[in-house]
Amino acid sequence: MKSLIKISCIVLLGLLMACGGNGEKKEKDPIKVGQQSRTEKKAEPKSSSSAETTTEEDLANLGIGPVNSVDIEEGIDQSLANRGKEVFGNLCTACHKMEKKFVGPSLINVTDRRTPEWIMNMILNPEEMIKKDPIAKRLLIENNMAVMANQNVSREDARAILEYFRTYDKNN
Amino acid sequence: MKTIQKLLLGLGAGLLLIGCGNNSKEGSAGAMASSNAEKVYLAPGEHDEFYAFMSGGYSGNLTVYGLPSGRMLKEIPVFSQFPTNGYGYSEESKAMLNTSFGFVPWGDSHHPDISQTNGELDGRWIFINENNTPRVARISLTTFETEEIIELPNSAGNHASSFVTENTEYIVAGTRFAVPNPQRDMPIDEMKGEFKGPLSFISIDQEHGHMNLEFQLNMPGFNYDLAHPGRDKSHGWFFFTSYNTEEAHTMQEVNASQNDKDFIAAVNWQMIAEYIKNGGGTKVAGTYAHNTYDESTMTATTEMKQGVISVDPREVEGAVYYMPVPKSPHGLDVDPSGRYIIGNGKLSTQLSVYSFEKIQNAIQNKDFDGDAYGIPILSFESVLEGVVDSGGLGPLHTEFDGKGFGYTTYFISSEVVKWELGTWEVIDRQPSYYSVGHLMIPGGNSRNPYGKYMVSLNKITKDRYLPTGPELEHSAQLYDITGEKMELLLDFPTHGEPHYAAGIPAEKIKAQSKKYYELEENNHKYAVKNEADTRLERNGNEVHVYATTVRSHFAPDNIEGIKVGDKVYFHITNLEQDFDVPHGFAMIGANTSEILVMPGQTKTIIWEPKREGVWPFYCTDFCSALHQEMQGYVRVSAKNSNTKLRWSLDDEWKD
Repeated sequence: MKSLIKISCIVLLGLLMACGGNGEKKEKDPIKVGQQSRTEKKAEPKSSSSAETTTEEDLANLGIGPVNSVDIEEGIDQSLANRGKEVFGNLCTACHKMEKKFVGPSLINVTDRRTPEWIMNMILNPEEMIKKDPIAKRLLIENNMAVMANQNVSREDARAILEYFRTYDKNN
Repeated sequence: MKTIQKLLLGLGAGLLLIGCGNNSKEGSAGAMASSNAEKVYLAPGEHDEFYAFMSGGYSGNLTVYGLPSGRMLKEIPVFSQFPTNGYGYSEESKAMLNTSFGFVPWGDSHHPDISQTNGELDGRWIFINENNTPRVARISLTTFETEEIIELPNSAGNHASSFVTENTEYIVAGTRFAVPNPQRDMPIDEMKGEFKGPLSFISIDQEHGHMNLEFQLNMPGFNYDLAHPGRDKSHGWFFFTSYNTEEAHTMQEVNASQNDKDFIAAVNWQMIAEYIKNGGGTKVAGTYAHNTYDESTMTATTEMKQGVISVDPREVEGAVYYMPVPKSPHGLDVDPSGRYIIGNGKLSTQLSVYSFEKIQNAIQNKDFDGDAYGIPILSFESVLEGVVDSGGLGPLHTEFDGKGFGYTTYFISSEVVKWELGTWEVIDRQPSYYSVGHLMIPGGNSRNPYGKYMVSLNKITKDRYLPTGPELEHSAQLYDITGEKMELLLDFPTHGEPHYAAGIPAEKIKAQSKKYYELEENNHKYAVKNEADTRLERNGNEVHVYATTVRSHFAPDNIEGIKVGDKVYFHITNLEQDFDVPHGFAMIGANTSEILVMPGQTKTIIWEPKREGVWPFYCTDFCSALHQEMQGYVRVSAKNSNTKLRWSLDDEWKD
């Protein structure tokens, strides 16, 4: 019973947080649950230890899918990045923003957090990734169980999106 | 089995089996029943071997089933509004139901037929006719959506349709209810000799399938009931049954059954097409709607056309003949070789089999037995090849298995009879439960039938299923026809009234079935292809909402500045690009249906808010774990308010 109450609190908290809103409005909220202030959140509810991974592990993780290795040049292929920006704009921005968490995680500095292979596999093979890959499994929970959609992006376009992320991370 | 057979024969004329409904029939339990179960059982996840497309009759639609399982896979809206997905309600699809009589929300679909190449099913399109407001539709077998509907002017009761010639050159449409042509105000009881029964020939553009009403053969005013094209040897000819050659205008139940024989019309369409090409025929009045759906713009348009080429059958010598056929025939069927033409005399016990070769000889020898309104009548004896005399009552329709056998339904004696081509001997008979209309063997109207299964489409259901009040679905029965004896395997209910069906091996169309629409190929006028472009535009009291969906939110999901009296167009584009991720859209108080928007597609419905307030909309299709959260609000202000038009997602307001 106690654990049920705890779970309910966490769920309620999650719902409240999902309400978003900014500082001023929050003061007026007539419902207060628990002691944590909402600004503290953004740190997601603790997930089970099995879903946790270390930064080192993350940077060794190539993900699961068709991409085993990606050749990355030192510089930026600007025309490829431009194509990537266009595809990203049409197929991904309904859920992902660069600078803020939206439905899915914010993508700024994603190329520092993930391997190029992982990024492309997540785009190309999301169903299997969210079932089996430790990072993807963790992200699914952290993002309110919103599944990463398969947008049937071609491998070339997934590579282009990666190039766009690289450009973005270099410039910001 | 034997006792039932004897019983059947013993019943004699006029006695219906309908009432007999007992439970002592087929499935003699035990080993036989379990092997029948194995024949129709598909393990979860397994696919059927055949698609079966069954007309919906008064549903106006076409339903898709799998065989041998009998599972219903889809209902394709054709001639009727379909609130399930918004067909006929959405702004894009309304035009599909336009006619010269205005918007008609319902139709009576009848006989589907699949396109052919060299006399074999090719899986490009399926056609189906509408009886009430005469029309023919073409449905894509890639998207399983209705792409085109053409109306037939100067006609009524389009029943002898939509049969396809062996290279899909033409679809025909007959006239079952003879009418004045041109229509005019005249006394009904002066019908005789004044009414006409035009037969329409619609040519098909082979690349896109587009239909063109090429000509109408202005036949005498009998009731043209069913038809089939010649094939192989008889390719180039079309055959139509007729009844009411009495030209009775009242109490046809009695008065249209007086003549001992009615007529089959034999039409050499190649000859007439040539005649038209050389400038033959007369352009006569006739207004008809031609509706086409453009997959790229996702929008249907209506072109109201004027005039049609009419051909007087007497003007093209050697092209049109009548053949006597006993007792108000229904089905007209041509065997896979094209040699035999079968007339199913529905008020008799016999099938009349005509030989194409004998028809040609009789024409050559002018072996005529008078004429009807100037059309030569071929002498019955000179064209008759044989008679199938099964003792059954009320033969309606015949299909073929490609192995030398015909299968005929008998409505009154409620049975299917298997007989042999050439000897005309009865091989087997099986009761149907109850009162079978048409039957279907996949490919049965082609040179190459797939003679593994036969489906009987039964008119009376009665006690076959759990009762559901007075109104019941119809019942189909699946038979294994690989052995000498037909074996009843399965009953399954069918939606509406399937008048006929068309079956095709699944592998002929399965791989080409579209999974989603490419966003990049979406040329809808009001499509938005990413959330950044979502917006509202006001033009007087018209407001256009350019919105998108993705799992699981609308963009925008908050809208303000709508006023009472506005006409709000919700243009919803589904940004998903994966198989089977539709989103729905429904708005409280909208005087229309929802829309169900497939991935990559744009659809529109109108909402005219009547009261001030904050009103919700939501997604109707369970799209993800967060589907319940897929909702939004529209603020509606008074007509003369100054509330600013603005919209947002995640509190980022734009105007």
